[in-house]
Amino acid sequence: MKYVTLFIIIFVLWLLITFNIEIPNLIVGAVAALITSLVFGRSFLKDSKKFFQPHRYFWIIVYLFIFVWECIKANFDVAYRVLSPSMPIKPGIVKTKTTLKTDIGKTFLANSITMTPGTITVDIIDDEFYIHWIYVSSKDPKVYTDKILGRFEKYLKRIFE
Amino acid sequence: MSNTISIIFFIIGVVFDLFGCIGLIRLPDVYNRLQSATKSVTLGTCSILFGLFIKYGFSAIGMKALIAIPLLFFVSTVAAHALVRGSYIFGTKLWDKTVIDDYKDVQK
Amino acid sequence: MIINLLLYVLIGLSFFCFFRVVFGPSIADRMVAIDIFGILVVGICSLLAIKTGRLFLIDIAIAWIVLGFIGTLTLAKYLTGKKLDE
Repeated sequence: MKYVTLFIIIFVLWLLITFNIEIPNLIVGAVAALITSLVFGRSFLKDSKKFFQPHRYFWIIVYLFIFVWECIKANFDVAYRVLSPSMPIKPGIVKTKTTLKTDIGKTFLANSITMTPGTITVDIIDDEFYIHWIYVSSKDPKVYTDKILGRFEKYLKRIFE
Repeated sequence: MSNTISIIFFIIGVVFDLFGCIGLIRLPDVYNRLQSATKSVTLGTCSILFGLFIKYGFSAIGMKALIAIPLLFFVSTVAAHALVRGSYIFGTKLWDKTVIDDYKDVQK
Repeated sequence: MIINLLLYVLIGLSFFCFFRVVFGPSIADRMVAIDIFGILVVGICSLLAIKTGRLFLIDIAIAWIVLGFIGTLTLAKYLTGKKLDE
């Protein structure tokens, strides 16, 4: 099952990149996808049947819009901090806890955090995220956990769990 | 029409790249430089690639530009994460006005 | 015409990165600058593809993304002080 899912993904990616559907191209793509999925299939996702549940794709699209909006806000925020003459930065590394369980959910959460206003994930140990923050606005763990993680966690929980 | 829109996207992208590189020069330590550089430069380059997609539409080159966008996102976030962790373990000092450092306890 | 101007701006920005590579106080600064330079080259490639009309340059951009990623990961691994196969 894992192997079939990985094969389909790689083959579709190949078709999109080369963008023609002549017979030789299809054969080369199929062979390359077959070899790749046989080699790397073992370390692919654990439960790949989630790929075939359509309601997850709806939440992915919702999440995509929210993510792009946050990303644009992040850029204006960073641009403001860089360009203003007094440089209003107050950096620090804070510790937060997540409620997500699966590995892929944590991966996506860490990537989203890295792309949003002034935060970079430094390390993940079990369910604790260590985050470098360019402007530490409060030292209360509840407040900043909600501020950094809260925006994405509820959507990611619907997508991956 | 699509030409004009794509040129607007190019200009936005180059302006964000400019902000990112000014941050690379101005900010005080590695971690803050990485903050400015990853976000602004990545979004700027993604904007340039999206302009390319709008100019050429659903052709071979447009699809390639569209595929490069998520690739660039994942690549730059993972690279930023690896660089931050590596430079912390290497022992690069945080800026002296840093407010709080929880990660110190983990690394001892 | 405007694409020419944007290309000059991007090439000027790569000199900013070059400044950081030469005068960076620590090793990590230089690595960050190299990483950012790699992302700027992707933008330069895609603008050149439009300016010259040689559309294979976008393939080079995609290859540059992946190779820059591997290079940065290797450098970061060197910073943590472990062997490359751990």
